Amino acid sequence: MSLRGKAAIVGAALAGCGEAHGKSAMEITVEAVHGALADAGVSLGDVDAIATCQPLDMLSGLTLAQELGLNPKFTMNNRMGGSSFLSHTLWAAMLLELRLADTVLICYGSNQRTASGKLMTALGLPTYEAPYKPMFPLSSYALAADRHMTQFGTTREQLADVAVSARAWAQKNPEAFIRDPLTREDVIASRLVSDPLRVRDCCLVTDGGGAIVMRRAETAKDHPRPPVYLLGGGEGTTHRDISEMPDLTVTGAAQSGALAMGMAGVKPADIDVVQLYDAFTINVILFLEDLGFCKKGEGGAFVENGGIAPGGHLPVNTNGGGLSCVHPGMYGIFTLVEAVRQLRGDAGDRQIAGAELALAHGNGGVLSSQVTNILGTESTL
Amino acid sequence: MAAITLDSEMTDMKNSPGPDAVFAAKLAEGVFEIQKCGACGAHVFHPRVICPTCGSADLEWVAPTGRGTIYARTVVRRKPERGGDYNVVLVDLEEGVRMMSRVDGMAHDEIAAGLKVSASVGEGADGGPAVIFQPEGGVS
Ligand SMILES: [Zn+2]
Repeated sequence: MSLRGKAAIVGAALAGCGEAHGKSAMEITVEAVHGALADAGVSLGDVDAIATCQPLDMLSGLTLAQELGLNPKFTMNNRMGGSSFLSHTLWAAMLLELRLADTVLICYGSNQRTASGKLMTALGLPTYEAPYKPMFPLSSYALAADRHMTQFGTTREQLADVAVSARAWAQKNPEAFIRDPLTREDVIASRLVSDPLRVRDCCLVTDGGGAIVMRRAETAKDHPRPPVYLLGGGEGTTHRDISEMPDLTVTGAAQSGALAMGMAGVKPADIDVVQLYDAFTINVILFLEDLGFCKKGEGGAFVENGGIAPGGHLPVNTNGGGLSCVHPGMYGIFTLVEAVRQLRGDAGDRQIAGAELALAHGNGGVLSSQVTNILGTESTL
Repeated sequence: MAAITLDSEMTDMKNSPGPDAVFAAKLAEGVFEIQKCGACGAHVFHPRVICPTCGSADLEWVAPTGRGTIYARTVVRRKPERGGDYNVVLVDLEEGVRMMSRVDGMAHDEIAAGLKVSASVGEGADGGPAVIFQPEGGVS
């Protein structure tokens, strides 16, 4: 028995992206929910399972049920960080396939930009790292970037080109938060924060929310918009703290990607469009390697000189990503929403013509949790 | 991997402080020790209740050689008036375990992967005792 193609995303929406003045995280979340339900043509009362994960509210699943006035059969509140939502889709497919639920809502929202201007997190430094005061989470990613540069000769310019590509995509997306031109030189001249990472290697701090609605494939075509089918999913968790990561150049995406693509019966070369959680520029290089789009150590060359920009050999983060479009603390849901838009043909100037297969990938913690989803149009079933 | 059996170690476990507390107490006395698994021989850091290699609870405290190699390094850039820059490193100890630390006695920009270092107990950023490294062969 496989979950391949058994469940589909039938509604998706964003809300409050950029700056959402005067709104709470849960209010932004519920605005996205309202949009996704309308997009799906589903009434609130039909929702019988919910999933969320919010940075500060440990019981955010319960808060969500309360805000929506629901008494769900399942309330999923797993806390793996920004990858949580790509795990929620897998759990949703299981619940739907086992007929334990009929309509699953997955959502997120944060007001971190207007509320605090920086990353809002309930996390403190780990016991065995606190005495050395690494910046959380930035220094963890900086250590991974340093190691990748040491081990494979990845260059400062290659890291910069990830940010430059994201900006080039953002310039095609009217919803992206920053759309000014950005050059490799701009990135390298930006303020050094934790070597080798500079300000422009780091994701944005914005507000924003997103939501999707999932139903069984057999009823997925009863909704107004074309369904986007979940063809495969997989997870990997290699550590929590960066000092415990077995190899800083190999993430759990090696496992999550293989599991997801194995379930879907696809290989990297089949994928039309890729959405990766780009909290920092190094993430994209690591994930492209671990997911099999290039060999280990060759991610730098893969992204260099517009390799993943518009017109490059692989379209990655077509909305502009967390680096240039939106990053309200946990980005995972946004990889799903952008994948849905691409597979529906709704992506406007940044649309990948004929896109049928998308990969969405979430990262949680400090490269700790990796979750991959393979999504496809009806033609891929 | 062999099935886990509960042995006399487990009875001892119930009545003694956890490994974090034992490590902290040793460090407060100026002693840096890590764990070694009596069942599979693997060294273990950070301190744990059971061996992450084989699952045995038979972990004893041993003194590492203190010698290690820098695996990765970053420098947190901070304005001079707020204390200035400082380095954060990951060190691979000879025993095969890795830990986060700081290298003293060397310019931040000269610290790089491959550098040989040795451990001592010094002061962490929080003012408490912490394992700190220096370039092997002394301060440059
Ligand atoms: Zn063992």
